[in-house]
Amino acid sequence: MSDSNPNLAASDKPMIEMRQVHKWYGQFHVLKDIDLSVQKGERIVICGPSGSGKSTMIRCINRLEEHQRGQIIVDGTELTDDVKNVDQIRREVGMVFQHFNLFPHLTVLENCCLAPIWVRKMPRREAEQIAMQYLEKVKIPEQAKKYPGQLSGGQQQRVAIARSLCMNPSIMLFDEPTSALDPEMIKEVLDTMIELAESGMTMLCVTHEMGFAKTVANRVIFMDGGEIIEQNEPEEFFNNPQSDRTKLFLSQILEH
Amino acid sequence: MSTHTPHPDLSPPITNVGVIGWLRTNLFSSWPNAILTFAAAFVILATIPPLIEWAFIKADWVGDSRDACTSGGACWVFVGVRMNQFMYGLYPEAEYWRINLAAVLIVVLMIPLFIERFRWKLWLGLFILVGYPIIAFFLFSGGILGLEYVETSRWGGLTLTLVLASVGMAASFPLGILLALGRRSTMPIVKSVCVVFIEFWRGVPLITVLFMSSVMLPLFLPEGTNFDKLLRAMIGIALFQSAYMAEVVRGGLQAIPKGQYEAAQALGLSFWKSMGLIILPQALKLVIPGIVNTFIALFKDTTLVLIIGLFDMLATIEAALADPNWLGYAIEGLTFAAFVYWVFCFSMSRYSMALERKLHTGHSR
Repeated sequence: MSDSNPNLAASDKPMIEMRQVHKWYGQFHVLKDIDLSVQKGERIVICGPSGSGKSTMIRCINRLEEHQRGQIIVDGTELTDDVKNVDQIRREVGMVFQHFNLFPHLTVLENCCLAPIWVRKMPRREAEQIAMQYLEKVKIPEQAKKYPGQLSGGQQQRVAIARSLCMNPSIMLFDEPTSALDPEMIKEVLDTMIELAESGMTMLCVTHEMGFAKTVANRVIFMDGGEIIEQNEPEEFFNNPQSDRTKLFLSQILEH
Repeated sequence: MSTHTPHPDLSPPITNVGVIGWLRTNLFSSWPNAILTFAAAFVILATIPPLIEWAFIKADWVGDSRDACTSGGACWVFVGVRMNQFMYGLYPEAEYWRINLAAVLIVVLMIPLFIERFRWKLWLGLFILVGYPIIAFFLFSGGILGLEYVETSRWGGLTLTLVLASVGMAASFPLGILLALGRRSTMPIVKSVCVVFIEFWRGVPLITVLFMSSVMLPLFLPEGTNFDKLLRAMIGIALFQSAYMAEVVRGGLQAIPKGQYEAAQALGLSFWKSMGLIILPQALKLVIPGIVNTFIALFKDTTLVLIIGLFDMLATIEAALADPNWLGYAIEGLTFAAFVYWVFCFSMSRYSMALERKLHTGHSR
C-alpha cells in the first residue's frame, strides 16, 4: 500500500480495516476475500465496472449490507451482530447515496437536524445552528425552509452531504454521488466534496469521475468481479496500470 | 428593410368562449354527447323536482302526532318526535346532559387541532386518544361522583353509533400499523403471527364476529364471568377492522423507496425511530384515501350490532317504525338515517382531502 501523505503513516491504527471479507447474495459470490485498510484522513476512490461489488463493499462498512465471512473493524469497533456496535459505527460513518435519499416530508433544515436530535440527543436549537453552519458550507443556507422536492438534483445532493456532516462523522462514504445528476450539476457537488477532502475527512468514494480521483484521491482502487484487482496512487494508477483488466477499463472510460 | 408590425391580439371566436363556448365543449361536443345531455336532463327533471316537493315543499315539520301530517309530503314530524331516541337510545332523559357534555367537550378539544399555530397538537392528540375516552366513559356510565349509574345496554341511538365507530377507529388504526409492520418483519414468528391474525379476521364476515362475541364466547368462558356485551362488540369491531387497516398501511409501507430505509439506517436511527419519524409519516400520507375508506366502511358497519341486540341509530329507527302509532313512515325514518350517515361519511371524506392537500410537500424521493 502506498501512502502519498507522509503524516498519515504516523497514525498507527487504521480507521477502517477489512480482513478477508466475503459476501454472498444467495449463491452469488459478490465480495471475494477483500483486504483493505484505510488510514485516518485518507481519500480513496473506488472504481470498476458495474456489478463489480464496489457499492456492496462500502455498504458493508456501515452494515447496510451484512458480510458473511471475515472481519470489518471501523474506528476500533468490530462490526458484529451486536446492535450496539452497529449503532456506534453508524454514528461515526456518514453516507451519501446516488439518489440522495432525502426525506421528502421534512424541510431541508429538518432533514439535517433529525439525526443529531434523535440519535445524538442534541437540543433542537443547537442542532439547528449546526445544520445552518453546514448548509452554509455547502452553499445553500437560503434553501433551509424548503422541501427537498423543490430543489434541483445538485442542491439535493449537497443537502444530503450536509445532513451526513451534521452527525459529525469521522468517515464519509459516497456511493456514486454524481451518477444521478445532470451534467451541469456534477461540478457543484464535486466542489463540495473537494472542499470536504481538503478539510481532512476520511473519505471512501465510489465514482466514475476520474478527474475527481486525480485531483483528490490518495489512492485509487479498481474492483472487478468482487475482488480488488489493483490499488495505487492516482498518478501511478492512471499512467501505469499493472493489470490488463485495469488497462481495459481505463481505456473504455477515458477514451471517448 | 421592412419593419415588423406586431399582429394585434384579437378576441377568440364567439363560439369558443362564454356560455356558448362552454355549452359546446362540455355538453354538445358530439352527437352521442348531445343525446346523453338530453337524456340526463330528462332524468334530472323527472326526479329532482318531485323529490324536493316531497321532502320540503309539501312536507310537514311541526306537530306531535301523525294527525299533523296532512300535506301529503314527507312527515318529518315522526323524526322530530322520535329525535331523542334516535340520538340517545334508551338513555335516561334526565341524564342526556352527560352525553351532550361529552360531545361539546370533544368538539372543543378538537378545535385547536385545526389551528395552524397551536403548538401542543401532539400532546392534545394523545389526550384525545387516551384521556378523553376515559372521561367520556365515566360520563356515560356514571357510578362515580354522584352520577347515576347507566348500564351500557341502555346506551343507544346515534350516541352508540359514534361510540362504536370512534372506539373502532382509535383502536384499529394503531393496531393495524403494528400488524402491518409485523407482517413485513424479518422475524419469522412475528411475521407468521401477524399473517395468521390478518388473514383470519379478513376471512370472516363481521356478522359472524359479532355473533361469536355475543353468543359463543360466553359458552367458552367459565360460568359466572360476564363481561359487557358492548365491550365485546367493540373488541370484535376493532380486531376485525385492524386487519383491513393493516393491509392498507402495508400498501403504503411498500410504496416507500428502499433508499429511505437505508438513509435512516445510515444516520443511525433505530428501527422504531426510523419507522416513526421517516417511514410511517410518508407511508400513512400516501394511504390516507385507503385509511379513510376503511374508516367510512367501519362507520357504516357499526349498524350490524343490531343483530346482537345493541340499539345503534339505525336500530332505534327500525324500532320506531314498528310503533303502531307511526306505521307507514319508513321512508322518512330511513331517509333521515341515510342523511345522518351521509353527513358523517362525507365530512370524513372532505377532511381527508384537506389533510392530503396540507401534507403535500412536492414529490420526489
